[in-house]
Amino acid sequence: MTDTATPDTSDERVKEMSAFRKALIRPELGGICGTIIVFLFFALFAHDSGMFNSQGVMNWSVVSAQFMIIAVGACLLMIAGEFDLSVGSMIGFAGMMIAIFSVTLSWPVWMAILVTFALCLALGALNGFIVIRTGLPSFIVTLAFLFILRGFTIYFPQTIERKTIIGGVKDAAEGDWLAPIFGGKILTGLFQWLGDNGLIAVFERGTRAGEPVVDGIPMLIVWALMLVVFGHILLTKTRFGNWIFASGGDAQAARYVGVPVNRVKILMFMFTAFCACVFATCQVMEFGSAGADRGLLKEFEAIIAVVIGGALLTGGYGSVIGAALGALIFGVVQQGLFFAGVESSLFRVFLGVLLLLAVILNTYIRRMITGER
Amino acid sequence: MADPIIRMVDIEKHFGRVIALAGVTLEIFPGECHCLLGDNGAGKSTFIKTMSGVHKPTHGEIFFEGQPLHFDDPRDAITAGIATVYQDLAMIPLMSVSRNFFMGNEPLKRIAGFPFFDHARANTVTMEEMRKMGINLRGPDQAVGTLSGGERQTVAIARAVYFGAKVLILDEPTSALGVRQTSNVLATIDRVRKKGIAVVFITHNVRHALAVGDRFTVLNRGKTMGTAMQGEITPEELQDLMAGGQEMAELEGSLGGTV
Repeated sequence: MTDTATPDTSDERVKEMSAFRKALIRPELGGICGTIIVFLFFALFAHDSGMFNSQGVMNWSVVSAQFMIIAVGACLLMIAGEFDLSVGSMIGFAGMMIAIFSVTLSWPVWMAILVTFALCLALGALNGFIVIRTGLPSFIVTLAFLFILRGFTIYFPQTIERKTIIGGVKDAAEGDWLAPIFGGKILTGLFQWLGDNGLIAVFERGTRAGEPVVDGIPMLIVWALMLVVFGHILLTKTRFGNWIFASGGDAQAARYVGVPVNRVKILMFMFTAFCACVFATCQVMEFGSAGADRGLLKEFEAIIAVVIGGALLTGGYGSVIGAALGALIFGVVQQGLFFAGVESSLFRVFLGVLLLLAVILNTYIRRMITGER
Repeated sequence: MADPIIRMVDIEKHFGRVIALAGVTLEIFPGECHCLLGDNGAGKSTFIKTMSGVHKPTHGEIFFEGQPLHFDDPRDAITAGIATVYQDLAMIPLMSVSRNFFMGNEPLKRIAGFPFFDHARANTVTMEEMRKMGINLRGPDQAVGTLSGGERQTVAIARAVYFGAKVLILDEPTSALGVRQTSNVLATIDRVRKKGIAVVFITHNVRHALAVGDRFTVLNRGKTMGTAMQGEITPEELQDLMAGGQEMAELEGSLGGTV
C-alpha cells in the first residue's frame, strides 16, 4: 500500500501549463486588456478632441478616481463573500450629514466630518452585524439599508431646511484644518511651474490669466490612489488578506481552522462604508453643498467596476488592482464618449455589454482555476 | 503499552429528547490508527465533534494526556493538539495550496514594524511538506481546485501534522474517493501514524478500516459495540456489528455476500 502511493514523477496526465495560460488566470487580466482596448479606442477616435490634454486628462482622472474609491471597498467586501447595495445611499447620507452638522448646526467642519465618519462606520458595522447574526444574504440586508438611508437623506433636509440641497459648506470650511484633506489640491507649485514653462495650457485671458488650467491634483485622486495601494497590500501581503480570501472562499472551512470569519466580514462592511464616506466628503467639499440625490446608482457602478476587474460575484477571488482598472475603464469610457461626441445615453449600453463580457470571462477563468467543467 | 493520549469515559450527549450518545468509552493511543466504525446515525459524528470541542458532553469525562479536559470551542482543541479534517470542508478551492496550508496560521515577517504575510517562507514550507507526502505541485501558487479529492485530504492532513497535531481525527476521508485516491489517503494515514501521532479514522467501509487500523471500535445507536485489535476480528464480524447483526445477515444472504 505504501509503495503505490509515492509517485516520484509528476502526473503524466497533467499538461504543462503555458505561460500564456498562466497569465490568463490572473484576476487582473480582464482589467488590463480592457484598459488597453479603451485607451487605444479613444486614442483613435478622440485624439484631437482635447481628451488627452492636461484638462481632459484631469477630467477623466477625477471621474475614474471617484469610481476607484468606492470600488476598493466593494472589491474587498466582495472577495470576503458579501455585497453592499447601500453604498450609493451611504454617499448621499454621509454628504447630507456633513452639511447638516456644519451648516445647519454650525459645528466646526472637522467635527462634522469626524462625526459623520463615525456614523458611517457604525452603520457599516450594523450592516455586517445583521448579516452575520441573521444569516440572511447581504443582498437583502443592504437593499433594506439602500432605502432606509436614502429615505433619511431626503427626510432630514426637508424637515429641517424645507429643501433637498444644503449649500454653504464651502464658506463653513474656510480655514478648517481637516477640510483640505478632502477638498484641497496638492502639487499646485509644480503645476504652476509646468504652466510657466509652457508644458501645460494656461489661461490666456481673464482674472486667472497666467495660471495653469489644471492647477493641482485634487485630494480625491490622492485618496483613490492611497486606498488602492492600501487595499492591494492588505489583500495580497498580509495575514488579514488571507483571511479575506478564506472568508469569501468557504466560510465554514475557514472557521474550522480558526479564521475569525465574522470579524473579517464586519470589518469589510465597515471599510466599504468608510470608502463611501471618503467619496461623500470629497464631493461635498468640492461642490460646497450636499444633495439628497447624490450617489444614486453608485453601488451598482462600484460592483460593475469590481467585476470588470476580475472578482467573482460568489466571493473568494479577485484583485484590488483589477477593480481599480475597472474603475479607470469606467471613468475613461464615460468621459471619453462625451469627448468623442457620442450620444451619452449609449454609455449605459456600453456598460451593460462590458459587464456581460466581464462576467463571462470571469466564469471561464474560474473554471480554469478550479478545473471544473 | 503506552498510556492513552485520549481517554473518553462514559460519554453521553443528548440533543433535547434525542440521545445521540448513550455512554461511549474509548481509549486512543499515540502511534495507532483507531478506526471508528458505524452506520449512518450511529453517533460517529457526534462523538468526534465532542472530541474536537464542537459539542460539550452531557455526561462523562475526557482525559487528554492523563489530565481532565474541558474544551470551550474547537480552537481550544486545536491548540491542545487535536486536529480534525472534515471530508468536504478541508480546503478552499479558489485559493493556492500555500495560502490554504497556512490559513489561520500565516507566517509573519516584519517590514518597517508592520507584520506582513511571509509568502517566501509559506511557499518553501508548503512545497517541502507536499513532497514529503508524495504530492508534486506545479508550484505553491497552484490552486487547490486543481487537486484531486485525495490530494486535498492529504494537504489537509499534512497541514494538521505540520502544525503539531498529536491527535488527528479524519471524518470519512475516503468515502467520496476513487480506488487509487483512497489508497493514497490510506498510505498517508500510515505515514502519519508512524510519526507517533494518534489517528482517529471514521469510516463505514470495513475494507478501508482493516487496511490501516490497529484498533477497531464499532458504534451502533449511540453505544459502543466493543473494541477489537487488528487480527482479532474478521471483516464479516465488523460488518455485522455495524449493522446490528440479524437483519444484515439476512440481507447479505440475498445479495450473495457482496456487501
